[in-house]
Amino acid sequence: MTTLQTVFAKAKADERAALVGYLPAGFPTKDGAIAAATAMVEAGCDVIEIGLPYSDPLMDGPTIQDAVHRALTNGTRIADVLRTVEGVAKTGAATLVMTYWNPIDRYGAERFARDLAGAGGVGTITPDLTPEESGPWRQASADAGIDTVFLVAPSSTEERIKAVADCCTGFVYAASLMGVTGARDSVSSAAQGLVERTRAHTDLPVCVGLGVGNGRQAAEVAGYADGVIVGSAFIRRLLDAPDEASGLAAVRELGAELAAGVRA
Amino acid sequence: MRQVTATEGTILTAADLAGNGVHGDDPDVHGKFGIFGGRYVPEALIPALDQVAAEYERARNDVAFLREFDHLLRTYAGRPTTLTEVPRFSEQAGGARIILKREDLTHTGAHKINNVLGQALLTKRLGKRRVIAETGAGQHGVATATAAALMGLECVIYMGAVDCERQALNVARMKLLGATVVPVHNGSKTLKDAINEAFRDWVTNVDTTHYLFGTIAGPHPFPEIVRDFARIIGVEARRQMLELTGKLPDAVCAAVGGGSNAIGIFHAFLEDEGVALHGYEAGGRGLETGEHALTLTEGSIGVLHGSRTYVLQDEEGQTIESHSISAGLDYPGVGPEHAWLKDTGRAAYHGITDAEAMEAFALLARTEGIIPAIESSHALAGALKLGRELGPEATILVNLSGRGDKDMGTAMKYFNL
Ligand SMILES: Cc1ncc(COP(=O)(O)O)c(C=O)c1O
Repeated sequence: MTTLQTVFAKAKADERAALVGYLPAGFPTKDGAIAAATAMVEAGCDVIEIGLPYSDPLMDGPTIQDAVHRALTNGTRIADVLRTVEGVAKTGAATLVMTYWNPIDRYGAERFARDLAGAGGVGTITPDLTPEESGPWRQASADAGIDTVFLVAPSSTEERIKAVADCCTGFVYAASLMGVTGARDSVSSAAQGLVERTRAHTDLPVCVGLGVGNGRQAAEVAGYADGVIVGSAFIRRLLDAPDEASGLAAVRELGAELAAGVRA
Repeated sequence: MRQVTATEGTILTAADLAGNGVHGDDPDVHGKFGIFGGRYVPEALIPALDQVAAEYERARNDVAFLREFDHLLRTYAGRPTTLTEVPRFSEQAGGARIILKREDLTHTGAHKINNVLGQALLTKRLGKRRVIAETGAGQHGVATATAAALMGLECVIYMGAVDCERQALNVARMKLLGATVVPVHNGSKTLKDAINEAFRDWVTNVDTTHYLFGTIAGPHPFPEIVRDFARIIGVEARRQMLELTGKLPDAVCAAVGGGSNAIGIFHAFLEDEGVALHGYEAGGRGLETGEHALTLTEGSIGVLHGSRTYVLQDEEGQTIESHSISAGLDYPGVGPEHAWLKDTGRAAYHGITDAEAMEAFALLARTEGIIPAIESSHALAGALKLGRELGPEATILVNLSGRGDKDMGTAMKYFNL
């Protein structure tokens, strides 16, 4: 199984940043999500984050809200999320679940960690779980042998960065800007400073997400970060496509552009 | 020692605001009431929440702040609000003696103004010039727009599209007061979705903006701050009851949406063991229909809007949409302190259906010449039931949290007026 550790070690050996792609389970359809994530891997994504669709995505902008709404309308449940992880992990990409905390809380932390590991998942990203509340989840994840990734933000104090980084295994997620998810015209200038501040507190890889949407931006971020995270831009390609085949083609095209970017 | 209170015409004390910790019920350093509360928010918001908490801690111990808040409560909001005894209404309650705390008589027409004035002052201390807020019934939005106009702050209100329609009058009031009202078309298009959208705005504009949260839910420190600013309701009512009846009431009743008016009147009575505390949630069309907002009575423990509390959710943690004829109670979460009061047994929570609330709404209008908010009518309906249970010896204090002007559209439809 490919772990986050092997992914980042390999990217480092290749002297490039890792490419991380995000897609919610169940979008555009249950099987379509597996197909699209597979296309992302084939185009060059090293890591895939499978989003767990949640009714109240208060950190997400319109694009991800739209995709998640469709996934929920499709009847996507946690079993589908796990099945998606299983399908994507088979491609050889390190596969994570990104989720708000309440679905795990309700499902049961130990049960979720165990089932995710069983599906071949390597960890989770939990954007609304703070270090103060993360103890039980970190324990459950450690017991199941999966990684825990948390976020730092441009507003984080040194003390908070340290507290968050200390809770992370696998990598630290640096949110590039103050805002919700969604591609932007330019990557926030706050991102580089945040990555540097984070490095002062951890030896883990630091990946940058929020607002990255094209090859040029990926190249820019790859200049200072260990990984580049792209979500809304992939979703946008699928939302704008007239049919599934052209959606997959568009995803491949973007994936290739980004993969070239992280190698530039 | 409590020497001076708002109602005595001098200044509020720190003790009036928070009970000064004498109740031992302030949340812990992580904002927890027992297992409830805390912070489940993106890391980006933590510094802003810390800043609000630190500034509030300074403000509540600053005589100048207390004096200014007290001055606004008296000269702008119209405090103290009176008690009104309602004997003709009480006849339908088994003869129990029902007494109303008249928050409907405050400026803007609901208890929301108390919290809003406190937080607007806090906004200025934070050096921020823009406030955002969510609103369900529109009362919190109107109060926020009012305070923003008063203090020269820019104001944006998020309101579910469904609520914009059923509380159209309040949308117009907010606009007239200079606020921008943003209808939210996501999800159930009600209060919970307005809160999501307000959080999205806040994380984007947090440098310039204070999120003027309208109820005792949300991440720490909002449950504590909003409670403290609403606490004046119970501080006044407790003393007024002693003056009027010579004793404390047997029971205190309040409607529970997020829980601010209920905690506002409950809090000063928490240590009075002989005083039963009853909260009434929206039973909507009835439990069996699944269309209700019975968060405390039928929900389960989870996390919503940054706080661990009771939530209406399915077995995988997806929020279940609530329903109530009253926009202000149409919320699938509830403040963590109520979750804690429920689990400790200090307060009891019950459901009141749309039909029961509307009956109490009409009854108070006809018997006493007071048109209550539909939210408050849930507490009135609860008091009618409780009175019949307790009998004519009982004295029941009801928080009449707001007036019903905003609800005339709903009433016209409901009663074919
Ligand atoms: C008059 C009135 N009462 C009660 C409520 C419910 O809120 P809370 O439970 O926070 O008091 C509202 C909310 O809009 C309201 O306008």
